[in-house]
Amino acid sequence: MMTYALRRLLMLPVVLFALSLMIFALQMSLSPTQRLAAYAPSDDYLKGGQESIRLMIEEYGLNDPFLEQYGRWIGNILQGNLGWSETARQPVATALSSLFPATMELVVLAFFPGLLLAIWLGSRAGIHHNRWPDHVIRIFTILGWSFPTYVFGLLMLLVFYSTLDWFPPGRLSQWAVTEVTSAGFTRYTGANTIDALLNGNLAVFWDAMRHLIAPVITLTYVNIASITRVMRTSMLETLRQDYVRTARAKGMPRRVVELHHARRNALLPVATIAGMELAYMMGGVVITETIFDYSGLGQFAAKSASALDFPAVLGFGLYFAVVLVVLNLLVDLIYPLLDPRVKTR
Amino acid sequence: MRVIRYLLSNPMSLFGLLLLLGFVLIAVFAPMLAPPQEFQMSPYDTPRAGFWATPQPPSDVARFGTTQGQYDIYYAVIWGTRTAFKIGLGVVAISVLIGMTVGALAAFYGGLLDEILMRIADVFMAVPFLIAALVLTAILGKGIVPIMIALTTFGWMGYARVVRSEILRIREMDYVNAARSYGASDLRLIVLHILPNAFFPVLVLATMATGSMVLSASALSFLGVGTEEGYADWGQFISYSRNWIVGQADDPFQYWYTLAFPGAAIFLFVLAWNLVGDALRDVLDPRHQA
Repeated sequence: MMTYALRRLLMLPVVLFALSLMIFALQMSLSPTQRLAAYAPSDDYLKGGQESIRLMIEEYGLNDPFLEQYGRWIGNILQGNLGWSETARQPVATALSSLFPATMELVVLAFFPGLLLAIWLGSRAGIHHNRWPDHVIRIFTILGWSFPTYVFGLLMLLVFYSTLDWFPPGRLSQWAVTEVTSAGFTRYTGANTIDALLNGNLAVFWDAMRHLIAPVITLTYVNIASITRVMRTSMLETLRQDYVRTARAKGMPRRVVELHHARRNALLPVATIAGMELAYMMGGVVITETIFDYSGLGQFAAKSASALDFPAVLGFGLYFAVVLVVLNLLVDLIYPLLDPRVKTR
Repeated sequence: MRVIRYLLSNPMSLFGLLLLLGFVLIAVFAPMLAPPQEFQMSPYDTPRAGFWATPQPPSDVARFGTTQGQYDIYYAVIWGTRTAFKIGLGVVAISVLIGMTVGALAAFYGGLLDEILMRIADVFMAVPFLIAALVLTAILGKGIVPIMIALTTFGWMGYARVVRSEILRIREMDYVNAARSYGASDLRLIVLHILPNAFFPVLVLATMATGSMVLSASALSFLGVGTEEGYADWGQFISYSRNWIVGQADDPFQYWYTLAFPGAAIFLFVLAWNLVGDALRDVLDPRHQA
């Protein structure tokens, strides 16, 4: 088990290296003049005409061979210098770390309640296979699956913002922003809800929640579908096992057999898929954050990608790769707790 | 045969199949349902009635109304069906081909080649799909072909994995050994004896993916790197509606038609594929049968 986890961890540098090569190759497909924008400290340098552009291409070595440029670039990154993001108008590392709490807040609120709901729905559907709870849950998940996130998000905005004015877009109202940036308010974590509670400011906490509810619902509905499906299948499979039949034959109450004997084992495949889902949520907030104008990593990624802001794209790519590997590793480490048989292997 | 009978007898998949049939008919008869006008460069360029920004409600001239920039919504919904089929089927077909080749090579030859190919797949899986496709489309430029290239580049790994594990399972079966003992070549073994048996898991995956690829493509349009301005594409028309849905203080539902028609089209299209794919999975996966 440990060797497997170690192997996974050793894979991280390899994946990161290949990823950086891939992103760099994409970047190199642009002309030196286009790439220059990433290096220019301000727009004035680009307006200086052909001569100054040529000089700058020379200065930054943008016409050098591929490997030479890659080496210089990766050298910078290894020293912790991820570069300057044009979209965020600040260094990439700063932008990532300042936006991370916002996305984390959104993902945690959307993922964990959603996970519990999905497990509950999935086991209901499995227990009542081919009866109405199963049908209702299947329709619910297939609808969630087919709804484009942005159509669902726009509907949420239409109903809960434009019509009812309950859940506005953005992260905080204007007055709350003033409050949060004032001297009396300490930023402990960067996550608005937690900081508000730690500062004992319930008004700001409620305001932050109001902005979170609509994107959280959108993310949850679109994402629980697959976990529910896996839970349902796995539940169906476990309920058919011999030990479940034995437990029933012994005369144990149906509920106890379903919830304690079957569901516990049915959770195993869910652990794997949940890790993947969480990872994809950390990267899949792109559309949700864009619709609700929620300034987190997802919105930053969308903006920088469409503006071809490569330092930012690379930063986001590295962040996501690390998240993916770490989460998979966590799932691997949690697995023996759920299934003691794994340890012996 | 059993599969087809199941698909037709299950109400959900029957509904999905009928929806799909409807979309096929709309796509085939698009030139009759929404005839392009003479001056159009391509039938996919949505005609516009002027350049005024504010959408106009449904009328005799524009059945579903016009969206921002006076593009005809009815025309775009009809021709957008063709766009959706092109993107969905095109991307999935090419991804399956790539994935099958990679998976078959990896599983059949094993060892170092397997390790290298699967680690490459890992790297492609380690990037968030939408962001990766977004970057690639932004580099390649606007249009339906760049979108398809981008979605294919980051969409083949699932098939490679499934095909690989299926082949690893099938390879050890007696009938394959028998064929080998007759002197069948590697290529013959893979193409004629092994791949047909890996067909169904791939089919399920591909059916479900067709819908989600159309979703991703429209998401790219929504984020602003998709198709050209005015191209008959549902995603783009939904993104036009965005400014008119939010922030109309007096009457939020005034411009409902800008979102409702293209939104319903894409939702039903994806739903149809998912219903069929879901039923296929149920019937083809022996574990689902009681």
